[in-house]
Amino acid sequence: MSASSVAALPLLPKIAALRVRRERALAALGLPALLLLALIFAFPVLRLLGLSLEGGSLEWYGKALGEGLYLEVFWITFRIAALVTLLALLLGYPLAYFLATTTRFWTTLGFIFVILPLWTSVLVRTYAWMVLLGRNGVVNRILLELGLAREPLPLLYNELGVVIGMVHVLIPYMVLPIYSALKRLDPSLAQAAEGLGAPASRIFLRIVLPLTLDGVFAGAILVFVLSLGFFITPALLGGGRVIMIAVLIEQQVRETLDWSFAGALSAVLLAATIAIYGLAQRARRHGAEPPP
Amino acid sequence: MRAAVGKARRRPRPGRIALGAISALIFAFLILPLVVVFPLSVSSAPYLEFPPPGLSWRWYENYFGDPVWIDATLRSLKIATSAMLLSLLVGTPLAFSLVRGRYPGRALLDRLAAAPMIVPAIIFSVAVYGLFAKLKLIGAWYGIALAHTVLALPFVVIVIGAGLRGFDEALEAAALGLGASRWQAVKRVTLPQIRPSLVSAALLAFVTSFDELVVAMFLAGSEMTLPKKMFDNIRMEIDPTIAAVSVLQIALIALAVLIAQRFGRGALEVK
Repeated sequence: MSASSVAALPLLPKIAALRVRRERALAALGLPALLLLALIFAFPVLRLLGLSLEGGSLEWYGKALGEGLYLEVFWITFRIAALVTLLALLLGYPLAYFLATTTRFWTTLGFIFVILPLWTSVLVRTYAWMVLLGRNGVVNRILLELGLAREPLPLLYNELGVVIGMVHVLIPYMVLPIYSALKRLDPSLAQAAEGLGAPASRIFLRIVLPLTLDGVFAGAILVFVLSLGFFITPALLGGGRVIMIAVLIEQQVRETLDWSFAGALSAVLLAATIAIYGLAQRARRHGAEPPP
Repeated sequence: MRAAVGKARRRPRPGRIALGAISALIFAFLILPLVVVFPLSVSSAPYLEFPPPGLSWRWYENYFGDPVWIDATLRSLKIATSAMLLSLLVGTPLAFSLVRGRYPGRALLDRLAAAPMIVPAIIFSVAVYGLFAKLKLIGAWYGIALAHTVLALPFVVIVIGAGLRGFDEALEAAALGLGASRWQAVKRVTLPQIRPSLVSAALLAFVTSFDELVVAMFLAGSEMTLPKKMFDNIRMEIDPTIAAVSVLQIALIALAVLIAQRFGRGALEVK
């Protein structure tokens, strides 16, 4: 390629012109999508955010971030997101570890179990949790029958129910990045440690876990950010009692018809989402140790 | 199997057994909600009772006999098919543009194309609701299809983009050298080569739309989509018809995945 282009030196301007034409054609291929994204995505979203500044004041942001009632919603949202992330990690890591270290048969079967829920409608799964967790639900029946509880436990229409449902939806997003981090791990490191007499727990804590932290970090960021914007699960499993940001935004638009306030809430949620993604990307680029 | 750590352990140890047991419990947690709807859907009890006292098809009959359910299903199929076709039509050229282009602004377009995946669904839904209400598009099925196209676009671009990155552009150049036009070369050489990606992208786009609730909730008006009808039913009168619908939906998705795998593999075998 380079030898021929040296021989064709007089042709260089022509090649440059061809390249410009090629780039122009390639850019043109993106135009229909650009049009669609500009008209039906960027414009309406910016318009909604703009509504929050109506009247030229920050009044609506003051309301969102100043009034105790709404501050509470943000606090609940972040608390649930953090709890869901932690639980997804505690359940997801052993699962990823199992998948990465077992035989091919079990890996395939295990992945079917992890992916299958992903393909199933969130509504179907949420409905199933209502059946399972209700007052007369399957779980309570079993607990009563086994004598583990004297009366039905409140598992549904509260934060616990929301957290269970969300962890179920989000576990796959935790498992997949951790799994690929485990597969990237050089097996000879653990073998060397074992050869030198390190016990299994030490191999895990000193070698496996530190070297897969990037997968943990990626999964945790993804799960946390997705949790912040969750709507269906809190709306149904929370039974109107667990108000997360997304549920509050829906209420403002559908019931209160308060578009400016909905815009301000959306702006705050979006800012949090983008900030967390941005920080995560920066941390990864600098190769810095993710914060504990 | 390049087992990172498993290789270091030749015989099962207590730790290994514990890991297996814990994993089994987590797998059960993952699969339980999918399994529980099956017995429920054939229960004769008029309300949620588990285990079911007897067998009955009445919830399936309820579903098939109720024009509102059938209407909602057909509308969702129409919307999902349109969103799938449109997102492929717009997303495939975009994937070519993003993978091969080096023009200024490409990085920005790349970000914009991924944005619908990052912006929380509730924000996008409310925003489009505001716009479409002004345009009197609430209740129009094609309005929902357009919004779903936007939601499906990032997946289409990611999947087809990955296919294109794995494709050897020299093959296309060879076709050009043999006298094919660019369009012919793409149609006869490139697209058949990345067919598995196209099939996966189509399936993802279809499912994204078919399962989507939040956008549809705002845009559907009185014109129900299947997820919206399910949501309303779960909220109002929770009866096992939902279980029957859930089973049908799981079956439909499983069928779609199976078909896609057939097609994907078929395409690979040709190669």
